[in-house]
Amino acid sequence: MKRKTLDRIGLFFVALVMISPVVLFFLWMISLSLKYEIDNGAYPPILIPERFAWSNYVRVFEENNFFLYFWNSVLVTGAATILALLIGVPAGYGIARLKAEKSAVVIMIARMTPGLSFLIPLFLLFQWLNLLGTLWPQIIIHLVVTVPIVVWIMIGYFETTPKELEEAASIDGASSWQVFRLVALPIAKPGIVVSFILAVIFSWNNFVFGIVLASRETRTLPVAVYNMLSFEQVSWGPLAAAALIVTLPVLLLTMFAQKQIVAGLTAGAVKGG
Amino acid sequence: MASVGMENTAARSGREKGSKPVRLAPNYWPFVIPALVVISAVIVFPWVFTLWMSAHRWTLGQEQSFIGFDNYIRLAGDARFWESLWHTLLYTVLSVVAPLFLGTLAALVFDAQFPLRGFLRGVFVMPMMATPVAIALVWTMMFHPQLGVLNYLLSLVGIGPLEWIYNQSTVIPSLVLVETWQWTPLVMLIVLGGLASIPREPYESAEIDGANAWQKFRYLTLPMIAPFLMIALIIRSIDAVKSFDIIYAMTQGGPGTASETINIYLYNTSFAYYDIGYGSAMAVIFFIAIVALSFVLLMVRQRTNWSEMEER
Repeated sequence: MKRKTLDRIGLFFVALVMISPVVLFFLWMISLSLKYEIDNGAYPPILIPERFAWSNYVRVFEENNFFLYFWNSVLVTGAATILALLIGVPAGYGIARLKAEKSAVVIMIARMTPGLSFLIPLFLLFQWLNLLGTLWPQIIIHLVVTVPIVVWIMIGYFETTPKELEEAASIDGASSWQVFRLVALPIAKPGIVVSFILAVIFSWNNFVFGIVLASRETRTLPVAVYNMLSFEQVSWGPLAAAALIVTLPVLLLTMFAQKQIVAGLTAGAVKGG
Repeated sequence: MASVGMENTAARSGREKGSKPVRLAPNYWPFVIPALVVISAVIVFPWVFTLWMSAHRWTLGQEQSFIGFDNYIRLAGDARFWESLWHTLLYTVLSVVAPLFLGTLAALVFDAQFPLRGFLRGVFVMPMMATPVAIALVWTMMFHPQLGVLNYLLSLVGIGPLEWIYNQSTVIPSLVLVETWQWTPLVMLIVLGGLASIPREPYESAEIDGANAWQKFRYLTLPMIAPFLMIALIIRSIDAVKSFDIIYAMTQGGPGTASETINIYLYNTSFAYYDIGYGSAMAVIFFIAIVALSFVLLMVRQRTNWSEMEER
């Protein structure tokens, strides 16, 4: 009994050591974002400054247009995720019921394809359609990220939901659409939540599409924070504050939806093999 | 829920009596078609179009002309391409091995029982979901040779100072450090899933036989989580080989071309030099390499499962 308690305390400390790179990194990120230049340039480095530079955050929004870029990110991620759900959830259902899981190999290969190889042809297409300069190219190209996630997770989910209820409903005279909407969809809610969260995270974090397709007015947050680098004088405080603003929404989502994310990623991963 | 159950049994008993369903098999195709259209447009079309572009001399803003395999021939003799291939290999191998090792270790710890386990696991997973560019910028500041916190920490134990991403010989290991920091949690989660599926009985009999902890790990745990390690290896290889955000945000392939991977070279060719015909040829080769790599690994995995079955 005593041995066991000791083991547990020992493991607890091992776990603390393991998470220390994560904790230290984020603490340092917060520290950088709250220090004036003079403190950020100090040697030896200062973790907690005497005066907090809240103005760093104000500067990010006022001088770097972050309200606009935040809104762009919300629009691109929101539209790409909602469209993906509208298209992908029924598709996952159809593929699972058709027993056409093999067709999902397209999605697997899409997962393997480097984002850049979608970017070159779609860039030309958007140029030709005269869409550059609007948010549409980014919304459409983010579907490359979101649709496969949703379809993949929903196939796996609908495979596990019982078919008997659906058969009963169709015997009672319900149309395919009614069966889907009234019987299959309500049961699949947890799967939809998982795919929604993962689609939001991966779309929000996407950077490569934005650097090519975004103009000054249509930048999303990851592109905007990267562009802060190209200004002649890079001051660390505002840069760290901007980085924190970009990633905070995803980190909050990760904390609150931990269970769903783990379920979705490991299901996807296991199926991914 | 009760009424649902009733309907369910009603349907079953109906079938048992031999009354055939009046309806034809439901038509599922309409559910799939919208996705089919979208996937064709944003995923399949780019694949095909890239292939077509790769057979042309095609620079943005100029007339294009058909040149057959010339882009591919040019690629074969391009020293910068071969150099980037070597960087990609090095980067990939390191960013697969390190997270796989550390992630397995972490999974073994988080599989055990101890106070605050769920919370600590939650913290451990955070890097994986964080925005790569944002993370990369903060690492860049930490890597700063004079003012960075990492050199300060190293100086406390009498090492350094290092030049991290600012030196040709340390840039790739430094980038791998960031990649490892971010993606070890994914390996941990996959292996943790594997550990959860392991039966308890073999361990009990091993304990009776007097096996020590290492022997139990080596002869019981490791073979049983092997398929999961294989999955982690496949996913990590795919992601590492096409890693872009971290490298581009931190070094853009520099110093010089010391950290230029194929993906970065591909980007520079297409969007810095606008040589999209040549870029497309590179994309095609890169695509084939990744898919081939994945399928080889998948086949190895299948074999792993087979040998497992035989052993049982």
